Amino acid sequence: MSIAPRHERTTTAPTLEVPAAELTVEQQRELYRLLAAVRHLDVSAIAWQRQGIIPGYAPGRGQEAAQVGSAFALERGSDFVFPTYREVGVARAWGVDMVAYMSTHKATWHGGLYDPAASRFAPIQAVVGGSVLHAVGWAHGQTLDGRKADGTLNAAISYFGDGASSQGDVHEAMNFAAIFKAPVIFFVQNNGWAISVPTERQVAGGSVSARALGYGMATVQVDGNDVEAVYAATKAARAYAAAGHGPVLIEAMTYRRGPHSTSDDPGRYRSLEDERTDGGQDPVDRYAEALRTAGVADDEFFAQALAEAQAEENAIREGVAAMDPRPGTEMFDFVFQEPTGALRAQANHWREESEHV
Amino acid sequence: MSESVIEKQAGAAYPAPAVEELSMQKTINRALADALRADPKVLVLGEDVGQLGGVFRVTADLQAEFGADRVFDTPLAESGILGMSVGLAMAGYHPIPEVQFDGFAYPAVNQIIAQIGRLNYRSRGKLPMPITLRVPSFGGLRAPEMHTESLEALFAHVPGLKVVSPANPHQAYHLMRLAATMPDPVMFLEPKPRYWQKEAVDLAEPGMLDGARIAREGKHVTLVAYGAMVARCLQVAELAAEDGIQVEVVDLRWIKPLDIATLAGSVAKTKRAIVVHEAPLTAGMGGEIAAQLTQACFDLLKAPVERVTGFDVPYPSGDLEDEYVPNVDRILFGIQRVLEYRRG
Ligand SMILES: Cc1ncc(C[n+]2csc(CCOP(=O)(O)OP(=O)(O)O)c2C)c(N)n1
Repeated sequence: MSIAPRHERTTTAPTLEVPAAELTVEQQRELYRLLAAVRHLDVSAIAWQRQGIIPGYAPGRGQEAAQVGSAFALERGSDFVFPTYREVGVARAWGVDMVAYMSTHKATWHGGLYDPAASRFAPIQAVVGGSVLHAVGWAHGQTLDGRKADGTLNAAISYFGDGASSQGDVHEAMNFAAIFKAPVIFFVQNNGWAISVPTERQVAGGSVSARALGYGMATVQVDGNDVEAVYAATKAARAYAAAGHGPVLIEAMTYRRGPHSTSDDPGRYRSLEDERTDGGQDPVDRYAEALRTAGVADDEFFAQALAEAQAEENAIREGVAAMDPRPGTEMFDFVFQEPTGALRAQANHWREESEHV
Repeated sequence: MSESVIEKQAGAAYPAPAVEELSMQKTINRALADALRADPKVLVLGEDVGQLGGVFRVTADLQAEFGADRVFDTPLAESGILGMSVGLAMAGYHPIPEVQFDGFAYPAVNQIIAQIGRLNYRSRGKLPMPITLRVPSFGGLRAPEMHTESLEALFAHVPGLKVVSPANPHQAYHLMRLAATMPDPVMFLEPKPRYWQKEAVDLAEPGMLDGARIAREGKHVTLVAYGAMVARCLQVAELAAEDGIQVEVVDLRWIKPLDIATLAGSVAKTKRAIVVHEAPLTAGMGGEIAAQLTQACFDLLKAPVERVTGFDVPYPSGDLEDEYVPNVDRILFGIQRVLEYRRG
């Protein structure tokens, strides 16, 4: 006896054409300035932690090209970004207020103090894989809203790591997105490590994009250390999703240099020598070299980009250092849109016992 | 539409009353239809909620009327359903997701607790979560494992969630209409064993929907219940009345926020209280209510607040359900305990 299939099903995933990035000289220079600003801020933030300005930080060193290149390809005012906790480069390239962004690392407010609705950059997410489904839901909302005058949809982009890709939610998200043809980009930063566990102990099936193929999704693996390649892939993915063809998964192959967080000790799971050889060429240096070779930038440009990055970091550090703790009342203010009587009573109780006259 | 007061004053004939005999399953269906009609941003989603109308038919015919964009089946993944609802809420919609049975909320716990319950807070009020999660709840159907759970204390413990359970079809209609307009997440616990009981429902006049409701007046003892246990407590009150004991039954309705003022008001009258629920005893709502009543009415209470509840065991299979769920006799024993209590 044989069981006839109900439908003839095709399992081949669509392919995504990625044309070469066509960037103007000014855009290239802007990309470099972003990389320099993010690198300087990120490295400095580790120092801030050592100096006691902030209690902790999740460094993004090595991932600048993946973050800046992807964010640069999105459309402000229409798209929505769903970050995790390591998207400092995305936030900066997307124009998020960086003092407000860093407030999460100062333990001032979970999720950050920037306005996630106005900036279209969702609150910082501590649960690995926690917001991937949110991106799908938001993207489906765009489908329900209908196409814009130009015939396209707004797109969501969800950032997560190779470790997060082991979470069930990420698989539910990929399946949902493919079923609903949601205009969402899954942007995986495969930085080789999930804290101490390397990708090969994390991702069965060879790669995250190989899994996405199984969901019938268009996928692209890109050199995550090549900012223009990431830009081109994201631009193409965005156009594809916004045209209503459904989700795309981009797997940016990169490398997290240094520790997972300021409390991590990478010496326990790899050597500095491993880091030097596995990491490949530094993405920021690499772009500097490319621009120099192409005659797009010279010493003067690089010196100025560095000076701007330093000035910017200075201002952010001062902003962060000057940031006061939030007033205690805010603990109660934002639990509900319509607070309950019980919560008001607790707030009053707290006030009486803590605000001494 | 409410009756016109002016017409009444003019002595004109009353319009036909909007009271109908309806089951809870039907009134929730009506409430969903009316909510979908009233607000184009309301969406109904979940497993089998579309063409089938849900395994309990609570969403029957909604897809036919409102289309597959607004009433849609999802893949079979509870975290997916709830996580998608978060994103839809962020996009300006009011999703009304269903988990098919109470026990299947467990796979979605991260999305419910860490996401839905916290996003308004995390975003400092910029990303409200107007989500009404429908959870067919409680036991009594001799259903398979995980089809019979009592999750109210779990949800009530989570900051950022509101929890409500209607006890009758009238309450179910109006509480659902209300929840569907609320800007905060509401866990809407539908008592499955009450789905098919028909009762008089006034679709036009909600009455007060805030806090708890006195379901029956009495003066000797207060029974506190919610969801499916309200009907059982009313039955107990009938039986106790035969012995001259007048039981007041308070239907909590809102498990969170807890309306302690109404409970305390009742206890001020009766001086004795018993909380009845199906969920396990330890760290259940009974403990919370007892603590709050003790604080509010310590001097008035003539006996410690009693609890008649399920036991600290997994909800048992159908054959043992009647042993587990508070039955009439166990509640009557509870009444006897508080009435006969003597200070040592
Ligand atoms: C659900 C959950 N489990 C565990 C953690 C603790 N944790 C934080 S980051 C991390 C590794 C994540 O690796 P990956 O997704 O590859 O991202 P990366 O940190 O490398 O950028 C772990 C285990 C968490 N934040 N959330």
